[in-house]
Order: sequence, then C-alpha cells, then structure tokens
Amino acid sequence: MREITYAEAIREALRQEMARDDSVFLIGEDVGTYGGAFGVSYGLIDEFGEERVRDTPISEAGIMGAATGAALIGMRPVAEIMFMDFTTIAMDQLVNQAAKLRFMFGGKAKVPLVLRTPAGSGTGAAAHHSQSFEAWFIHVPGLKVVMPSTPYDVKGLLLASIRDDNPVVFVEHKLLYKTRGPVPEEEYTIPLGVADVKRPGKDVTIVATSIMVPRALEAAEALAEEGIDAEVVDPRTLKPFDGETVVTSVMKTGKVLIVHEACKTGGVGAEIASRIMESEAFDYLEAPITRLAGLDIPVPYNRTLERHRVPQVENIVAAVKDLLV
Amino acid sequence: MELQRDLCVDMLSQMYKIRFFEQTVDDLFARGLVHGTMHLSIGQEASAVGSISALRVEDYILSTHRGHGHCIAKGADIKLMMAEFMGKETGYCRGRGGSMHIADIEGRNLGANGVVGGGIPLAVGVGLSLKMQGRDEIVMGFFGDGAANQGSFHEALNMAAIWSLPVVYVCENNQYGMSMSTRRAFKIEKMAQRAASYGMPGVTVDGNDVVEVYEAASEAVERARAGEGPTLLECITYRWKGHSKSDQELYRTKDEIESWKNKEPIRRFLELLITQRVISEDEARKIEEEARRTIGEALEYARASPEPEVDTILEGVYA
Ligand SMILES: Cc1ncc(C[n+]2csc(CCOP(=O)(O)OP(=O)(O)O)c2C)c(N)n1
Ligand SMILES: [Mg+2]
Repeated sequence: MREITYAEAIREALRQEMARDDSVFLIGEDVGTYGGAFGVSYGLIDEFGEERVRDTPISEAGIMGAATGAALIGMRPVAEIMFMDFTTIAMDQLVNQAAKLRFMFGGKAKVPLVLRTPAGSGTGAAAHHSQSFEAWFIHVPGLKVVMPSTPYDVKGLLLASIRDDNPVVFVEHKLLYKTRGPVPEEEYTIPLGVADVKRPGKDVTIVATSIMVPRALEAAEALAEEGIDAEVVDPRTLKPFDGETVVTSVMKTGKVLIVHEACKTGGVGAEIASRIMESEAFDYLEAPITRLAGLDIPVPYNRTLERHRVPQVENIVAAVKDLLV
Repeated sequence: MELQRDLCVDMLSQMYKIRFFEQTVDDLFARGLVHGTMHLSIGQEASAVGSISALRVEDYILSTHRGHGHCIAKGADIKLMMAEFMGKETGYCRGRGGSMHIADIEGRNLGANGVVGGGIPLAVGVGLSLKMQGRDEIVMGFFGDGAANQGSFHEALNMAAIWSLPVVYVCENNQYGMSMSTRRAFKIEKMAQRAASYGMPGVTVDGNDVVEVYEAASEAVERARAGEGPTLLECITYRWKGHSKSDQELYRTKDEIESWKNKEPIRRFLELLITQRVISEDEARKIEEEARRTIGEALEYARASPEPEVDTILEGVYA
C-alpha cells in the first residue's frame, strides 16, 4: 500500500469529505493560503475556494461559536484551533454551548462539528504552545474525544468524526504530522469507540495514546530483545472509550502500564486505571496499575528539560521493567 | 519637536541593538543552535523604541510574542536576554521561557506572551493595582493588529476606560496576523477608530517614524499619569521577516516587502539626526559599533552559560 504522512492523511480525508458532502467546510486561523500553522490544509483553498476554506481573524471564541451555530442548522464545520493551548479561549462555546445544546433542547437539535487541534510538546515552543488538554474534554458530557496515532487511523477516524452527529474534539500531535505509514487511497471510516491492539504480546499491557503509541512500540521492540513480550493497546478514541479491548488485554497479561504525555494528575490515565479496577480484570492484576505521564509542570523551553517533561522510549522501557520485578 | 540629543542617541542606540539582536538570533536559528520558533520585529523597531522611550524606568510594560524590541527598549540586560533565548540557566527565566516568554520583572517588563491577546487584560490588572495603591507609575500594554480581534481586547479596553486606569495601549499594526491582512480582518479603516466605542482617545501614527511615535506616546503617557485614563495608540508598521520560522510568505508579494524597506525606520532616523546636526556621522558610527559590541558580548555570555540542571525541573511552579 502507498505510504503518506499523518498530515497528508488528514488533508486527504478533508478533501474527500468536502468533495462528497457540500455541507462540510473548514474554518480557522490561517487555514487558507497558509495551510494552517502545520500546513495540514495546504492547497485545499485552491480546490474548494475561500467560502469553504475560511480564514478567520484571531478569535477562537468566535471560531468555535461560528462552527457551533453553523452545525445547529445543517452544516458540518471542521474548525481548526491552531494550538490546543488556545482551546481555552474557545471553551465556553465548546463546553457550554456545542456540547450541551442537544441535551438541553431535549434531543431536538444536533451539533455535528469537528474541532481539529494539535497538542503536545517536542518542538521547543514552550509553555503556551505545547499542552495536552484531552482530559478536560472527556469530562464533558456531549463531547467525543479522538486522539489518533497513525496515518491510517487519522484518516479513518477523521472521516468518521465528520460524519458523526456530535461535536468531536479531534486531537492531533505535532510530532506525528511528518510520520509516514500505509493509507488506502479510497475513503474508509474507523468507528469511534474502538481501540486497536498495535502489537500483541503476553507479558504486559501498555496502554498508550497519541505520540506515546510509536514510543511504546519502540519500547516494546527493545523489551523483546530482553525476552519481555509487551502488548501495546491504543484506545484511539478516549470518549467513547473501548474498555473491553483494554480489559481483555489486561486479563491476558495481568500487568498494565498506562502512558500519556499530558500531566499525570487528573490525566486520562487515572480514568483508564479506574475502568480496569472496576472491571473483571481486577482479579487478574498481578501488580498495581502503573501510570507513566507528563510531569506536573508547564512545558519548559530548554530542550533537555522539555524532553524530561514527557515520557520517552527509555522511560517506558524502565517503567515496564519496574512493573515486572 | 526639538530633538534632544541624549534622548535621540539613546533611541538610535536601542534601535540598533534590537536590529543586531534579531539578526544574531535569526542566524543562531539558521545554524541549528536554538530550537523552537521566534518572531522577529526587524523593520518595526521604531514603534517599540518610540513608545517605550516615553516611559520612566519605573513604569511597566506588557509585551507580546514579537517582544525582543520591547524588552531591549525597556532596558533589559541583553546578556540575560540572550541567555534566555538559548535556554540557559542564567537567562531571565532560567531557560524555562525562551523567546516567547522573556520577562524582566526587575526592569518592570512583565513579559512576552505566547497567547495572542493574552496580555491585554493583564494591563487592566496592573493599571488597577497601580491606582488602588495610589502609585505614580503607569503601564504600557503592547499587542498586534491580529490581537485586536480577540474578545480579550474588547473586554480589557472597556474596563480600562470605565475605571480611568493609567494604561497606554500600543497596537503595533504590522498589517498582518500570521497570514491574514488587516484589509481582510477588519471592516474599518484604522484600528484606532475602535477607541471611540470605549470612550478613550484613539491615535494612529507612522510607526516607522520614531519621533512621531515618541510624541504621541508621550501625550498618552501624560494623560495616563494625570489620572485621565487610557489611550489607544496605533503604530502603522511592517514586519520584514516571515511571521515565524515556518512561514513561506505566500500571502504577500516581494514588491510589497520591498516598498516597506524604503520606510526603514533606523536609516530614516539616522538621516534626520545627521541633517539636523544632532549627531555627526562619526558619532553615529560609534553608536552602531557599540550596539554591535553589546550584542556580541551578550552572545558570548550566553554561549558560556550553563544549561539548567535536570534535577531542578520541578522547581518554580508554585510560590
Ligand atoms: C490565542 C492565540 N491564537 C493563535 C495564536 C497563533 N499566532 C501566534 S502569533 C499570531 C499572529 C498574531 O498577529 P498580531 O497580533 O498582528 O501580531 P504579529 O504577529 O503581527 O506581531 C498567531 C495567529 C496564538 N499564539 N495565540
Ligand atoms: Mg500583526
């Protein structure tokens, strides 16, 4: 199969869905000629024009509100917030409006929109351009939260997210944009709420999200050389969450390490750990559930500190070994 | 305005330092010696220097992501600034902040800001505090044309106005956000027109004319200090370089960029000073050389400075 990058896979999904469905349009800062800060929508303005690839002023609350209002009466906006850090400014429109309108209106309205936004550190962009807020959004009834880790997944999940009738927070990762992988040319969807076992194994389960998936896979290869067979599970969507795949894996291995980039305190790892504890997998646990996550500090600018702020391959290897002793 | 020699020498020197600092860091980035991104204000030096020169040392500023100029004009120690830029422990923010977050708290620069429009409401709080404490200082809040379309701008200007706070808002209108031009992002001719809707004076000046900026800023500063409330000062200028390090500049033409180079702020000021015999060509050369030397020394200092220790990583989150 042909290989393309994660960014190209997103662009292809946007292009195919815009060609298929006239109600889909893009709205965000510099998404037109500039192609977005990471070039993801580059070239789409030439194909679809300024109406459907709409540049906005720097007004995140306005972008989110415009997308929500448009979705309420029949459009399918794909809004882009340039960095996940700035979803803070869009918060009221997303959390109080988009997420709740359907419920508050007794199910008589729907808000089919996607909010695409890049999260994560590793680019030297410091504390205002590096954050991972996914845990905030899983806390909000009415929102779905998707966090793809591969070019294949990002295309199928984005198509499914645009076709979903609910507001979906679609969290991309800056360091994944240039990663390559096989992606079918035709349209396909990956249902929201289905995890993927990225590597089968029998000794330990590593549940990893986003950029931590490739890191966990690399760690698993290193562990394999030492005779440790790790299974890597990527939830792919955090809400809805595929508990069954995780539970099945833990029942097989008896040990689980949860890895994410966001701060440990209040992170999605806590939620995943609780799901496991509340499940039938509890009786199969041979060791305490372990979380490896970002330090509880803002992301520092200095390159070395920035690297130490988030789990790296060597930290995953070490954490698995600690879990097995 | 009568051109006072000391003030002019000072402004010229600062403009040179800003230019050389940014040329130096641009080069560091090109050679892979720093990571991340940066926003250069080459071509915009006059707005930073003209406006900040109207302040007293004890006054405050709030800066932006394009803030190297503000920091230098406010009197920062360029050694510590360069060290911060390179992520060193000796830097203003111990290497934690980098270009987008440089702050010189002692020098009363309350920081650059990575969030567009993030500093505008902070200026309200600083102004409010100065007023509540009965102090004589004022605060100057910088932001770009793009930031003027954030909700924070509208909320903050209204609050500063209704409470008559000692704030001077300076909008550096360099005609673009990232790629979106002011022609596309505004439906009005001049951003400063918005001042009327908050009940404060709005003034638009040639932001590449350091003397004009200085004069307008001085008036606004006087008003603020006299308890008459905030002013919105719009400086029309232009950034010569791309928005940041990832910009292909597809949204503007080479001709447009070239046309702005004719309004180069440093050369304009220099010519004025020489024709008006405020300084001689010889003196001008010395000022330029001195500025170059300052930046060179800052670079050496930063290079020789230590990196932060990894075991200090958890420090500094809470007081
Ligand atoms: C809230 C927020 N939205 C978007 C960005 C990304 N961004 C950084 S600078 C910039 C353009 C800012 O334009 P302007 O205010 O005119 O300042 P300039 O860069 O022209 O100096 C954008 C969109 C950001 N940093 N913060
Ligand atoms: Mg601008």
